Amino acid sequence: MEKNMSSRRLRFLAMTVIGFAFVSSAELALADDNPTATAPAPAAAPAAAAATAASAPSEQKPLRKVEWTFDGIFGTVDKQSAQRGFQVYKEVCSACHSLNRIAFRNLQDIGFTEAEVRALAASYQINDGPNDQGDMFQRPGKPSDYFVPPAPNEQAARAAHGGAYPPDLSLIIKAREDGPNYVYSLLTGFTTPPQGVTLADNQYYNPYFPGQKLAMPPPLSDGQVTYADGTPATVDQMARDVVTFLQWAAEPEMEARKQMGIKVLIYLAIFSVFLYIAKRNIWRKLH
Amino acid sequence: MAHKPTTQAPGIKGWIEYRLPIFSFIDNSVGTKYPCPRNLNYWWNFGAIAGLCLMMQILSGLFLAMHYTPEATMAFDSVEHIMRDVNYGWLLRYAHAVGASMFFVVVYIHIFRGLYYGSYKAPRELLWWLGIVILLLMMATAFMGYVLPWGQMSFWGATVITNLFSAIPGVGESVVHWLWGGFAVDNPTLNRFYAIHFLLPFVIVGVVILHIWALHQHGSNNPLGIDVKTPQDTVPFHPYYTIKDCFGFGVFLFIFSIFVFFAPNSLGDPDNYVVANSMVTPAHIVPEWYFLPFYAILRSMPDIGIPFTGVVFVSSKLAGVIGMFGSIIIFFFLPWIDGSRVRSATFRPVYKIMFWLFLADCILLGYVGSQPPAGTMLVVGRIGLAYYFVHFVALWFVSRHEKTLPLPESISKSVLASGGHH
Repeated sequence: MEKNMSSRRLRFLAMTVIGFAFVSSAELALADDNPTATAPAPAAAPAAAAATAASAPSEQKPLRKVEWTFDGIFGTVDKQSAQRGFQVYKEVCSACHSLNRIAFRNLQDIGFTEAEVRALAASYQINDGPNDQGDMFQRPGKPSDYFVPPAPNEQAARAAHGGAYPPDLSLIIKAREDGPNYVYSLLTGFTTPPQGVTLADNQYYNPYFPGQKLAMPPPLSDGQVTYADGTPATVDQMARDVVTFLQWAAEPEMEARKQMGIKVLIYLAIFSVFLYIAKRNIWRKLH
Repeated sequence: MAHKPTTQAPGIKGWIEYRLPIFSFIDNSVGTKYPCPRNLNYWWNFGAIAGLCLMMQILSGLFLAMHYTPEATMAFDSVEHIMRDVNYGWLLRYAHAVGASMFFVVVYIHIFRGLYYGSYKAPRELLWWLGIVILLLMMATAFMGYVLPWGQMSFWGATVITNLFSAIPGVGESVVHWLWGGFAVDNPTLNRFYAIHFLLPFVIVGVVILHIWALHQHGSNNPLGIDVKTPQDTVPFHPYYTIKDCFGFGVFLFIFSIFVFFAPNSLGDPDNYVVANSMVTPAHIVPEWYFLPFYAILRSMPDIGIPFTGVVFVSSKLAGVIGMFGSIIIFFFLPWIDGSRVRSATFRPVYKIMFWLFLADCILLGYVGSQPPAGTMLVVGRIGLAYYFVHFVALWFVSRHEKTLPLPESISKSVLASGGHH
């Protein structure tokens, strides 16, 4: 569904061109997964709701909207921001959240040099094997290795987080309605619960979370990381940076896709005009 | 084609044609020897565009199949592998996923064009039937294809839809287990859905060939809905409609590309980027947009019995399933429900209004299908559902009593009278 405002505008334009009501009905249907949804269906483990509930119950607050550099048809990933976001992920998020679909080598996409990637990978110990003795062993990471998850399996992760399972972040931007603004709102939106709302142990209140109660404590506080480029590490800045990083992680092809799309559209527009002229010429002979 | 050629034309083309008359076959099918009504408007482009969609789906699907793994623990990962590691894999997958939606947009336009201009009427009933069969096959294909990425909505969509068969009295549960290949949607289900998803498009191709064959028997209907009477009423398919279809392809591909390159996930559900988990039910299970009107019918059916007595003859679940399938099956009867001898809604003032109301009702049902079936939505859904079937009952009577407008004498006279404008 919607990634951002400009793609929404774009799609509106496209639909006007089609002039076809079915798409609009689908848009109506899909634009907002569900403003009046009933309470989340019972999950196997109650705490799992924290990790899995994606659709929003009615009380969910409208998301804070940010103007992202990756919005729109010319949108690009701000590499400086993505690199800072990687730092936030590495120093904060990765304590609980895996990023299983990203290999160290992928980080060159957001401007890290090969040497930096090599050094970063080598700072991790990777389980490998079995070797020719049949034993598993540890070795320093290589650029082709994938990010090391904080817990070896789901059970270990749940055990470490009071039953909650912190979701993998590789696709989180695409796995939530209006993903970038959702993650930004969630990260910056923790508040004290309103009157009458009671929280269980290890529960926190966030109006942007479906159900409002989640097992994740507010992860960011001002100055939590020290940016090498001197950018002040406010909660707002860190949230923007980590969203930019996660947007790249979810859609590493985005820039290539949009750039190709512009060329394709220009080509098709010109091609269609020529075809229209040809059509007019051929049909004119009829009269 | 029945007569045997006696002489061989010179050259390679002649040599081949003498042995396999493929050039004259093409020329007779989509070339200079296939006469078409000269007054077809742009709504007639969508048949050819649907053919283009089918070809694109088969091609992109073939290349996806080379990288996809139909195994429950690996399917989601293999799709992400396609998105991230396969060269232009993202383009293949987005073209295929958006392509499915576009195929339905195009086919729905094609169907409603047929409804407006009475293309289902004699002598085109079998042509119409074959079209409905294609739609049913498309629905089955799309449904199974949506299961393959093995995301949350794949899994739960599959669970909800296959469970429909449990409404069959007596053997329902056994049928569902047989469909699943187990006691829940799981790896065997994924495997068979993949196999069938790969097979059905080629079945569709077969039925499309029959569809086109039936079309060529009496030729296209046209916006006036009157028969072709003289050669002046027609133009050869090539070059007149080949060029017009090519222009249509250009415009269609432009719109298609907007979605593929700039809003590839806008028609999908974010939940399908969460890997399937049988232990966690999504808050709101919705099918893809093109199934929403049918989903609304499924969920809007009440228990059918004697009011206020608690006597139920047909449970709402079974009624929903019957209603959902019935909403498509009823189209098989349309050529006989509609008794009007005039085809085109242009000359049927009452039917024209009914057509637009029916279209609006389908859109309304689509919206209802996207919402939880409770409160106002349930009531709106039931009204929409009732109207859907009332439309056909009303059509029976209206079509037999409607005072239609005078028909033009011929296509060519009408075209020339309007200044030959297309």
